[in-house]
Amino acid sequence: MSGRVLLIEDEPHIAEAIRYILARDGWAVASHAEGQGALEAIRREAPDVLVLDMMLPGRSGIDILEDLRADPALSGIPVLVLSANGQGEARMAAEGAGAARFIAKPFANADIVAAVRQMAGA
Amino acid sequence: MVRSALTGTRVRERRQRIGLKQADLARAVGVSPAYLNLIEHNRRRVGADLLVSLANALGVGEAALAEGADSALFEGLREAAAGAAGAETGAAESAPETDRIEEFVGRFPGWAALLAERQARIGALERAVTALSERMAHDPHLSAALHEVVSAVTSIRSTAAILAESEDVDPEWRAQFHRNVYEDSIRLSDAADALTAYLDASPGNETGLSSPQEEVEAWLARSGYHIAGLERPHPTPSAALVAGVPELASDAARKLALAHVARYRADAEALPLDAFLRALAETGPDPAALAERFGTGLPRVFRRLATLPEGAGPPVGLVVCDASGTLTFRRPAPAFAPPRHGAACPLWPLYAALARPMVPIRTTVEMAGRVPVRFLTYAYAETRFPGGFDGPQVTEALMLVLPAQGPRTGGERIVGAACRICPRAGCVARREPSIVGAGD
Repeated sequence: MSGRVLLIEDEPHIAEAIRYILARDGWAVASHAEGQGALEAIRREAPDVLVLDMMLPGRSGIDILEDLRADPALSGIPVLVLSANGQGEARMAAEGAGAARFIAKPFANADIVAAVRQMAGA
Repeated sequence: MVRSALTGTRVRERRQRIGLKQADLARAVGVSPAYLNLIEHNRRRVGADLLVSLANALGVGEAALAEGADSALFEGLREAAAGAAGAETGAAESAPETDRIEEFVGRFPGWAALLAERQARIGALERAVTALSERMAHDPHLSAALHEVVSAVTSIRSTAAILAESEDVDPEWRAQFHRNVYEDSIRLSDAADALTAYLDASPGNETGLSSPQEEVEAWLARSGYHIAGLERPHPTPSAALVAGVPELASDAARKLALAHVARYRADAEALPLDAFLRALAETGPDPAALAERFGTGLPRVFRRLATLPEGAGPPVGLVVCDASGTLTFRRPAPAFAPPRHGAACPLWPLYAALARPMVPIRTTVEMAGRVPVRFLTYAYAETRFPGGFDGPQVTEALMLVLPAQGPRTGGERIVGAACRICPRAGCVARREPSIVGAGD
């Protein structure tokens, strides 16, 4: 696989694991660890897929999603939302804000890889 | 069958149970056997004197024979029957014979009492489940602790899978992942300990709510803290408002609720809803402007703003504390969840107001957390002298919490909800370690 993935996740060990499994699958992975500055990172990296945690310091994943969808230059980027809150409410909020996929934590690594591949059309 | 027939049925059942002949009982109480027969078949009412005589002759208390003595029992059985109907248990022939409740109680008083007691127990357990579910969903301590557990588990699971499923992990990465798993296992262990300690320390009762204050707040939360019955020209009597409220399980909670209702009633009289809403539309939610306009104090305006009908004003939170700093009232607002147990963040403007009574304090705060949120707060403390000039003074501080408007300025005061769930590292006011990883 090839393509660019931007990972926005504040838990460093989770971010390391995701970066590793996606890089091993052939993706170029950049990461950002907080809500603030996330939009700038997205513009800078121009990823094929965005992997976005819901609970971030600075700004929530939902806020970032809403800003993303409001920006015509960024609104087409498919977003995979990760959340430690696997309740239906969180899933509905993410999908309502425009997430293409939602995966609850803890997750199986294979599910992340499969979701990124599918979202990138790979 | 009417409830007034009960006494006769009870007399007959009791007499037969102790093996006393109708004629003997009639003689003992000074009536004819024929008249007693009419009583036992519920065709004659029993006067107070005769009731005493019958009770003495039957060796029971008169209350046991009096009409309505078993009203709670009957209510319990009717509830059980209604519950069975609601559960749609099946065929009509198996439905409870509600028209024969009286006969059931008369013939099988022990079974009837047991069934009613079981029904009461089921009701209490259902309320407890509801309260615990609500608590699980909204308790900020629990939410933070669970988030910590899920994050640690996620990291361990993902990292361990890489190590277990990949033969060709670079040695440097392998060493890094081993370190990560080790650190996360400690983090998970700490989070589990904190969670266990928290759950062990949380007292409970039949409703699953740990204090009378929580019971009152659960009741108020159900109606959005607005009591429509007190806004009318002829308000609902206080006792009627708190009677039969399932959340108010304890006497202490009902007393607290009555005190709340009394204060709400006085606030509503001083600041009638329609006039207050008109003023609010004109001045905006400036408590001082509203207080000036109505010639009243800030605390009353704070409380009124926090009890408006849903959608009638901005989303408002309110916390009140006494002179010890103990929170005596907590109305949460979106993203503002005051701690349910223990003390709040000592940096709240609420406590600054407590230290400076009669001085209004307006502060924009940023609530530290995984997703920081800004609020505009108005804090004020008032001192009263209910015991006279020489009596002890009573101070109460209030903090009104509104969503902050405009961009972040950098001048916001950083606060938390409570130390145990505050992630802010290096806080000079911290009094105990956080159960959230970033805390110190």
